[in-house]
Amino acid sequence: MTATAPSPRGSQGRFAPLAAKARRIWALIRKEGRQVVRDPSSFAIGVVLPVMLILLFGYGMSLDVKHVPIAVVLEVPSPDASEIAASFQLSPYFETHITPSMAEAQTLMLSGKVDGIVLLQSDFARRAAQGDASVQLVVNGIDGNTARIIEAYAGAAIAQSGVRVAAEGQGDGAAVGGQAVVENQLWFNSAYDSRYFLVPGLIVLIITLIGAFMTSMVVAREWERGTFEALFVTPVRTDEILISKIVPYFLLGMVGLLLCMASARFLFGVPFRGSFLTLTAVSMLYLLVSVATGLLISSTLKSQFLASQVTLVATFMPAMMLSGFIYDLRSVPLAIRLVSYLVPARYYVSLLQTMFLAGDVWSVILPNAAILAVVAAVMLALTRRVTRKSLG
Amino acid sequence: MAAVAAGAPVIVCRNLHKHFLRKTKENVQALDDVSFEVARGGLAALVGPDGGGKTTLIRLAAGLLTADAGELSVLGIDVKADPQAVQDRIGYMPQRFGLYDDLSVQENLDLYADMHGVSAADRRSKYPQLMEMTALGPFTRRLAGQLSGGMKQKLGLACTLVRSPELLLLDEPTVGVDPLSRRELWEIIRGLVRDQGVPVLLSTSYLDEAERCEQVVVLREGKVLAQGPPKDVTALAEGRTFMATPPRGETARVTQTGLLDDPAVIDASPEAGEVRIVRQPGQPDGALARLKLEPTPARFEDGFMVLLRRAAASDNQVQKAPAAPLVAKDVVIPADHEVVVEVRDLVRRFGAFVAVDKVSFEVRRGEIFGLLGPNGAGKTTTFRMLCGLLSATSGTLKIAGVDLRRGGASARQQIGYVAQKFSLYAQLTVAENLDFFASAYGLRGARRRERIDWAMAQFELGPVAGLLGGQLPGGYTQRLAMAAALLHEPQILFLDEATSGADPMARREFWRRITALSQAGVTVIVTTHFMTEAEYCDRIAIMDSGRVLAQGTPAEIRARGATKSDRQPTMEDAFIAVIEEARRPAPHEQAA
Repeated sequence: MTATAPSPRGSQGRFAPLAAKARRIWALIRKEGRQVVRDPSSFAIGVVLPVMLILLFGYGMSLDVKHVPIAVVLEVPSPDASEIAASFQLSPYFETHITPSMAEAQTLMLSGKVDGIVLLQSDFARRAAQGDASVQLVVNGIDGNTARIIEAYAGAAIAQSGVRVAAEGQGDGAAVGGQAVVENQLWFNSAYDSRYFLVPGLIVLIITLIGAFMTSMVVAREWERGTFEALFVTPVRTDEILISKIVPYFLLGMVGLLLCMASARFLFGVPFRGSFLTLTAVSMLYLLVSVATGLLISSTLKSQFLASQVTLVATFMPAMMLSGFIYDLRSVPLAIRLVSYLVPARYYVSLLQTMFLAGDVWSVILPNAAILAVVAAVMLALTRRVTRKSLG
Repeated sequence: MAAVAAGAPVIVCRNLHKHFLRKTKENVQALDDVSFEVARGGLAALVGPDGGGKTTLIRLAAGLLTADAGELSVLGIDVKADPQAVQDRIGYMPQRFGLYDDLSVQENLDLYADMHGVSAADRRSKYPQLMEMTALGPFTRRLAGQLSGGMKQKLGLACTLVRSPELLLLDEPTVGVDPLSRRELWEIIRGLVRDQGVPVLLSTSYLDEAERCEQVVVLREGKVLAQGPPKDVTALAEGRTFMATPPRGETARVTQTGLLDDPAVIDASPEAGEVRIVRQPGQPDGALARLKLEPTPARFEDGFMVLLRRAAASDNQVQKAPAAPLVAKDVVIPADHEVVVEVRDLVRRFGAFVAVDKVSFEVRRGEIFGLLGPNGAGKTTTFRMLCGLLSATSGTLKIAGVDLRRGGASARQQIGYVAQKFSLYAQLTVAENLDFFASAYGLRGARRRERIDWAMAQFELGPVAGLLGGQLPGGYTQRLAMAAALLHEPQILFLDEATSGADPMARREFWRRITALSQAGVTVIVTTHFMTEAEYCDRIAIMDSGRVLAQGTPAEIRARGATKSDRQPTMEDAFIAVIEEARRPAPHEQAA
């Protein structure tokens, strides 16, 4: 209400405009909430999809290779050869089938029952004694990534058997000398478990989904169904409409965050080294960025279909590809890395990975959080600008 | 800004201009130098052809659009400078009131009460009043999406009235609403004006509604043609209005259609078995010479047609369709009167709900048959069964002698159907739409070209052939829909509320085509909410709650509407009388 306009509700006292404002906002929030609860598609995006993503990423998708079926061909059993076969059998990464002949191993490979063959030739024992024994490794190369991992694991398993032989004093140190034993030490993700970085990534995806994807529909829906036209010609103000669109989806996003945190902790046992408070604070910032982006797209396009597609491309895809969640941004080409600086999810991913795997490292948290805060402010300001009570 | 002085106009509009850019970069001048005032108190109506600028004007007054130039003040406030101040004080009901379908009736009302800051005490006194007014009391918990069209419209009005506005803007509040609901809505609006002195500005395509207002503004192509009391417009036709009995052996509809192209005739419409004619003075009698003309008092609609005709003449534009009849004139209704649609004891149940309850009627070749009834009477369900889109629970249904329950596909070849909603492809051009429907009906080669050319010519779609279906101006969409339905030369044409929301000119045009089709032997079955359109039908049936309550010629039906006054009952009187009689509880129940 402008100060100059005569107030038709003057009798309600000096604070009436503020009270009326609060009441309008509350009424709109309640309306929005009811719509979320009653609209099956909101429920699907807000609740079913996050749960599906958690299960999919947590159980279905894994970048680790475990229980790889492999054939070990022991043409002539010998202590050395058996040692190597044993080290495959002991390894958690392989499921070992011992076969006497290469032909049989090949059949297994062709029928897809094994992904690799370790061939210990008949003269293995003799050549091992001479010190130039060789092990032939055949790997199914259809999935290049898995093939490389198998190759590395197999190499490690063979090397390990050498170490074990040395440690057990069979043959002097010189026999295995000359071979450099590489000792890998992993920091942060000490178990080298991909879930450790998939789960924080999952939080980014789910918050982007609830925050941006859901809100991208809600303003456009009102335009499409013509519900805004009558609503506009009431004392309601634009900021009140926007607040009522932000609050419910913000809360829903927080529920999504809790869901992810709980499943990370209790379902997948991912360690969390930061403080929950800091995590909540930065998540709220990113959620605000997402909600504002969704609203901005929705208010600009005024079509549910278009807005949802644009939101998918503008927020969800970059959050998946360019945030450093799946691909390490330090190893991508410069051009793509530069683009990634434009993706708000990138800063949130850094924040999450730091807090999950390292702890509250303030030198990382503060700059990233500051960027998110600025983006949120800009997005909200833009949304406020494009949302006007006008049909023109 | 001072409060509006008593007696000052509530809306002052001076030299208002507003244009829009179409997607085709075409400039549309929606309002062109519009000036008028709406006086405090009473009802003011905006009337005029579709696309005349009625909605634009109302939206400007509601502060939803900004004018390019000119002044517009509402309640003494400059709308452009402070739209919010206007929006705080007025009530506005858009053409499509955006109710929240997933909220209940009560929740929708509460939302608007909260928006307007209505106190709990005020609600306690206001809600029962609104519920009584709208008869929505028993449905407060029902979701708005599950209400009938008329009920939605009433709820929209109730939401607008949760607090007493200082001015009420209503954009076509009665569009798509049956006569009963329309009358109820009007009682609400008039009650507001009478009891609370709320000034109302509304737009409407029902000219009888405009006639009841204190003031009318006639808008055409963005210009004001006339403003003032409706009787000023009516006066334009005074002394020029006549009734004529059609010559023996001819129906009023046929006589009327023949007159439309006569330069001596401004307007002709069938009414009570006769033809109502508005004459153009200073023209030779022409086709009128063979008729006996009885002078009759003019109505608002007559004056309105005079106004529009005059405006069209000054545009040098041919307002009436060029005299290209749909069929050769010498085609006469076949004398055999063969029954082409036979419906006997038709029943359709949805679970426990009986949507259509033992409906029986027959339609003969070349007849125009009207199916009338309030929203939810079962008209559309009956239609869908007739078109084979829905199976009947029981009963006989024969189309062109074929039992629809057995030979559905062959019967469907004989049917053209124009649905209530726009069912063409908005993303295809007019030509592409026709092309698509031609192939959907299995037309090929020369015959397909021939039929598409025919449709383009008959429905004068040539000038808009390249426009997208979704961008067509109002009247054209309906023409395109009809053209598409007639491509395969069906014997029977079904039209479900085809003229809903169309302006009087478009409706004349529509009925002219229908008349020509029936002369060519096409059987036409229509539903409509315009009771004046029932006059064009050979026979009509009135339905309510799934049952046929009355059936017969328009004259027979009209006789059932005998009112207490000596006034000749209109079709609307008859309709309401028939429905109310059926809805009234039986006498023994009343006594109990």
